[in-house]
Order: sequence, then structure tokens, then C-alpha cells
Amino acid sequence: MHSKTILQAKEDLRQKKYSAVELTEAVYQRIDSVEPKVQAFVHLTRDIALKQAQTADQKLAAGEDAPLLGIPIALKDLICTQGTRTTCSSQILDQFVAPYDATVAGQLKSAGAVIVGKTNMDEFAMGSSTENAWHHPTMNPWNLERVPGGSSGGSAAAVSAHECLAALGSDTGGSIRQPANFCGVTGLKPTYGRVSRFGLVAFASSLDQIGPMTKTVADSALLMNVIGGKDPRDSTSADVARPDFMKALERDVSGLRMGIPKEYFTSGIDPEVERSVQEGIKTLESLGMKKVEVSLPHLQYAVATYYIIACAEASTNLSRYDGVKYGHRSQKTDNLLEMYMNTREEGFGEEVKRRIMLGTFVLSSGYYDAYYLKGQKVRTLIKQDFENAFEHCDVIVAPNAPVTAFKQKERIDDPLKMYLSDIYTISANLAGIPGISIPAGISRTDGMPVGLQLMSKHFDEESLIAVGHRFQQNTDHHLQQPSL
Amino acid sequence: MSGKIDIDKIAQLARLKLTDAESDRLGGHLEQIIDYIDQLNQLDTSSVEPTSHVLPIHNVFREDKAVKFADDDVDYLAGSPANNQGHYEVPKII
Repeated sequence: MHSKTILQAKEDLRQKKYSAVELTEAVYQRIDSVEPKVQAFVHLTRDIALKQAQTADQKLAAGEDAPLLGIPIALKDLICTQGTRTTCSSQILDQFVAPYDATVAGQLKSAGAVIVGKTNMDEFAMGSSTENAWHHPTMNPWNLERVPGGSSGGSAAAVSAHECLAALGSDTGGSIRQPANFCGVTGLKPTYGRVSRFGLVAFASSLDQIGPMTKTVADSALLMNVIGGKDPRDSTSADVARPDFMKALERDVSGLRMGIPKEYFTSGIDPEVERSVQEGIKTLESLGMKKVEVSLPHLQYAVATYYIIACAEASTNLSRYDGVKYGHRSQKTDNLLEMYMNTREEGFGEEVKRRIMLGTFVLSSGYYDAYYLKGQKVRTLIKQDFENAFEHCDVIVAPNAPVTAFKQKERIDDPLKMYLSDIYTISANLAGIPGISIPAGISRTDGMPVGLQLMSKHFDEESLIAVGHRFQQNTDHHLQQPSL
Repeated sequence: MSGKIDIDKIAQLARLKLTDAESDRLGGHLEQIIDYIDQLNQLDTSSVEPTSHVLPIHNVFREDKAVKFADDDVDYLAGSPANNQGHYEVPKII
């Protein structure tokens, strides 16, 4: 039961093959069995989930319907949930209980979802391996010695290990797509502004976006129907009508132009990653898509630009953790300034401090123009690259990460090397466009999943869903399972 | 580019009390990252407009009217480390 997709479970529940309570219990049995190895969750909400499942069963018995009625879903632990902890995998928020639900959490509950628990992540979403987590790291279900990617590594591992039917993650520089890739699941980063960020603990506000992490593209389409749309509580959410994303599953993709950016296939890409991606491109050609070469000439500057902008925004956003309004407060508190400084020293982990320091530096007097303003200008060039490319193609097809999931501790002491593992995903955030990672094969070298990345124009998630779904109808990569 | 960053000053601005060991380690990392970032200087951006927001959104207004935010029984101060009679408590300021 726990290995079902959302759409399969919906149909089974409707046909009364099993109840929502039985499904939820099956998911928790699976969690009890594999969680000691995977450690995908920060905490579980078992009692609440079983009550939600009972309510779902009553509604099902009464013939009511809702898009996610009785479906067990996990939330990354930076999405606020009223009455249960939201820790951001940080010591500073370890005991924080939000007084309200994030908009997406409320939308899932209204749609009948059963919230299984809160998934692990790099602290404040800063990282690419879920090793920068205060409670514990998460392991890749395909190989427990390897990282699940990050920062939504807990959500990716939980979906891959069938500890939930689907999850939500957040993506600031690749944090949905890269872990989806590393764990062999589907991860969609919507257009910036498509999904409300209200109640999402902020990392970099001009880049952050919530999105689905699922077993299939079709499940992502269903979740997008629930979470997409304008929210008056998030002034940056876009006033763009939400389409019925499920309709995109029926679209024909033949004749669509796929742009292959040559800069993504240069040195540094693992040969097995390149092989799977090239095979994926051939599959898309066999479905009638036309291949065109495009150029994104500023790709090599994306990581540098991203770390200026993301860290600058993070240093401002994280100034709120001062030991006054919520979270940890240092006991060493002679005066207010000492209290601030000791609280933040004790409460933040090293990567968070590093990024706060970098962000503070690029915004500081004398360096603002040379770094922050320069970064914003290069961001314009990167955005223009995509606008130019989309004059020649409908969807960009590229690798999602240059390597497969790396080993635990392999990169943790080399921040720059860790940052460079996001080179293929970061530019979509800088440009604000949507991107999806779908399973595209298994590396013959290390047995780890490889993902294919699709990107499209602002607010054209439908093309990603159409192409991704057609790809999954014609391949079985997304059906491959880790042997836990 | 080495030595560009005054770690103590930045830590003070960032309200972080770093230990000496942390200061050394983070200082080294930051120098390395800034060296990497300096490759942006290869680009002439003198005629490029900066992007602070990717969508054409400017000011977003709503009617200036109080709206009920959440349940009345929510205690917004419950999460604070110290509070008293509806106020946050902090150590002495001066």
C-alpha cells in the first residue's frame, strides 16, 4: 500500500480496497521499518495523522471528494504547521511551534491530505546534502553511505523510500530538483510566484519557491492543482490564473522544440550522467520532439551570482533570530547586544554562519556595488540568456546535476565544491523559471539514479508536466526502486 | 584578493560572536568564495540594469482595513523565550 502513487491510492480509496486509516497505518509501518536507516524525518505527527485519516474515511463514506482525501503527505520542516514543531533543522528553532499554518499546509489539509510528519533538510535550506542538519543527517535510500542531496533531502528520501506518498519541498537554488535527482524521484520547482510562500521560513526571498516531490509527474500535476495560485498573504505570489495542470497530462508533445544548451555538456559532467541524459533526449525525439541547440552563455557565472544574492537575502532574513520573539535564547545575557550575539553564535550551525557572514560582507559599505549590485546585474544577463533561448525552443532539456549522489562527508569540508554541485539548477532560480527533475536512468558506475532536467518559460509548468508525463509513459526509470 | 575581509567587523555587523577557531576557518572559506565570485569582474555590466525581482510586480496594495488573521485563542507570544503581560522581555539595553 505504501508504495502507491497518489493517483493509484485515490482510486483504491474510492473503490474501498482499503481505508485511509489502513493506508496511513501502512505508511507508518513502513516508516518504523526503514526510518532507522534513512532518517528522513525530523519528527512524525502520527496521532494527528491518524485523526486526519479517520476524518477522511468519514468523508469518503459520505461520498465526499477532495483532491487529496486520505493521502499521506510529508512536509519539509520549514513549512509552518500550526500546533506542531517547525525546526528548519536548526537548533535555534528546535522548539518553535508556529501559531498558524503556511498557506500550502492549509491547502493540503483543506484538500483532505494526511500530514505524516516534517522532513529533514539542511539547516535553513542551506546546503546540497542534508548533512548540515542539527538533529541528524539523512541517508540516500539507494545507498545509505551516500547523501540524498539537499536541501530537501528528507522529502526526497521519504518519497523514494515510500515513507509517504508524496512530499513538499522548497527550491532556492536546486533544493527540490537536485535531491529528487539523487533519490530517483520527480521534483518540480514551479515558477517564482506560482505557489504562495506565506508560512515558508524565508531563506532567500527572491529565489525561494515551494514545490511537489512525487513518484510520478502526474502526481506533481495533481499537487500543483492544490498549491498553485495567488495568495493575498504573499504579495510576491503572482496574480496569474492557475490552469488545470491535470489537463497537461493529456497533451501531445510531438512538434515541441527542445533546446539543448551546449554549456551543460562540457567538462566536469560524469560520463554516466551524460549517457542517461543523451538517452533521455533520444526518447524525447522518438516522441516527436525536435532538437535544437541553444546557448546559455552566462551559465559559468550562475553559482557566483547566486551566492551573492542568496547570501545577501539570507543575512537580512535571518536577522530575525535574535532570541526575542521565538526560538533559542542564550543564557549568557548581560545586556541586549551580548544576548543577540551569544544567541546567534549558539543557535546557528557553521554553514548558516558562513552564509550570513558572506551576505553581510557583500552588502556592507564599500562592497555593495562591487558585489551585490554586480550580482544583480549578472542576474539580468542570466535571465536574458533564457529569454533568448526560449525564442528558439519550448522546453530546455539538460542534466540536473553533474554527478550522481556523492558519499557522506565527501564535500562537507569544502564549501565551494558543495556549492558547485548546484551549477545546473541555480540559473532557473535566478531567472525565476520553472524546472523539473525526472528519473532518467541508473549509473552503471555506482548504481545511483540520474535525473533529467526540463525547464520552460515563466508560468509554463504545463509544458514540463506534458513532456515529463509522456516521458514516464514511455520509460520505466521512475519505477526503479531502491532495495532497502 | 587575500585579506579583503575584516572578519571581526563583519561578525559584529552580523551579530555573531565567533570563537577564534571559527573566525579563522570561516575567514579562510570566505576569502576562497570571494576569490571565486570575483570572476564576475570578467563581465562588463556597465550598461546592464540590475534585477531585484524576476516578475514585473511593483507595489502590491490592499485596502487599509483590519482583517482577522487567525483563531482568537492563538497566543503569539507563546514561542518567545521570555514574556510578561503581553510583552517580550529582554535584558537591559543601556
